[in-house]
Amino acid sequence: MQCPKCRAAMHTYNRNGVQIEQCSGCRGIFLDYGELEALTRLESQWAQPAPPVPPAPQAYPAGSAPAWGAPHHGGHHGGHHRHKSFGRMLFSS
Amino acid sequence: MTNAVVRALELVARQAAHAGDAGADPARCSACGHIDTVLAQRSGGVVVRHGRAVAKAHAEATDPLDHRARLAVAAHPLLAGILLPPLTTAAENAAGRPVTAWPYGAPVDPDDPEAAPWEQAGALVARLHSVPLEAVRADGLPYMRGPAKAARAVARMRAAGPRPAAVPVERAWERLPAWARDEAAPPGPYALCHGDLHLGQLVRHPAPDGPWLLIDVDDLGIGDPAWDLARPAAWYAAGLLPVEIWRRFLGAYRAARGPAAPLADDPWPRLDIPARALTVQTAALAIAKSAAENRDLDEVERLLVDACARIAALPAQLESAPDPASSS
Repeated sequence: MQCPKCRAAMHTYNRNGVQIEQCSGCRGIFLDYGELEALTRLESQWAQPAPPVPPAPQAYPAGSAPAWGAPHHGGHHGGHHRHKSFGRMLFSS
Repeated sequence: MTNAVVRALELVARQAAHAGDAGADPARCSACGHIDTVLAQRSGGVVVRHGRAVAKAHAEATDPLDHRARLAVAAHPLLAGILLPPLTTAAENAAGRPVTAWPYGAPVDPDDPEAAPWEQAGALVARLHSVPLEAVRADGLPYMRGPAKAARAVARMRAAGPRPAAVPVERAWERLPAWARDEAAPPGPYALCHGDLHLGQLVRHPAPDGPWLLIDVDDLGIGDPAWDLARPAAWYAAGLLPVEIWRRFLGAYRAARGPAAPLADDPWPRLDIPARALTVQTAALAIAKSAAENRDLDEVERLLVDACARIAALPAQLESAPDPASSS
């Protein structure tokens, strides 16, 4: 394709997914139908923060703990002795 | 006396195991190849197995009317798939203790608690709590005995004499509301509760690979369903139960629409008081046991006393957790 202004060759570039033609001589830019709108849309998305994703109905996290809970949860720290004693506790009233 | 109980249980278990066999003589039972096995022997109950049946002698102090009502719940068709049904509901006695016969179920492997059916436990408890009370209450179901057991544990600790470790346990106990200390009626809304949930209360029936069921109706009754979640909750809060296991249990309970922990709510306002009570109960029993065995508390037991100390040190405004009646 030739530049309608200076007749130099035009090269196709991709800008954020939009195909644009730029003249290799005068640096003028040719936009196809709809491409200006596509660029404007991209620009506005860039400027504004992304719309917040509506939160999915979510279960309250089971990992919460009471105010008096132990500072370190869920570790298997502690040796065999601890494991054995707790093992018995799991099975008794 | 205990030997007399075991002997009586052997006979009941044999009769139950061979109930359908023509010509069997349960008193001799020489050809069946099963030997009588004592599965448990505690003050609260003696359990003897013979083949496919077990016989249980309940605690001496068992109230006969309450016992009958609890047994009727276990035998109720609505509890099928939730609670193991008894083989007979007839009242039998051994040395003044009520005796019941049950099918034998395969217990949780005590050496592998992580492989334990935590999800099934959560789902079964949720289903138990969802049983419509009016359908099973005809016989006048008593209160679930959870708070009574907590009070008994504290009494046992006191009977062992004064000990430094008992101080924070007493203080945490004092700060519980009267109902959690078994000094007042529990707040509603009530649900059908197990009253003493732990891993020893699950069996597969038929053994060895049938579905998991809850067993032991000795503490069953109406009450605050959060109590049945409180023992694992107390273990978790004390830092003993890994968070992944707590999530497996609680997640299954909530997924099965258990009423004590609605999916979208923070579970702790409902769990807080029962979990504190179970922390006190477990710590008190540990102190009583260590005193009886003339030893120091082990690491696990100390963690429970530490949890009591944190409860005792809570600022006053945190004491009044919402009662279950107002949060559902």
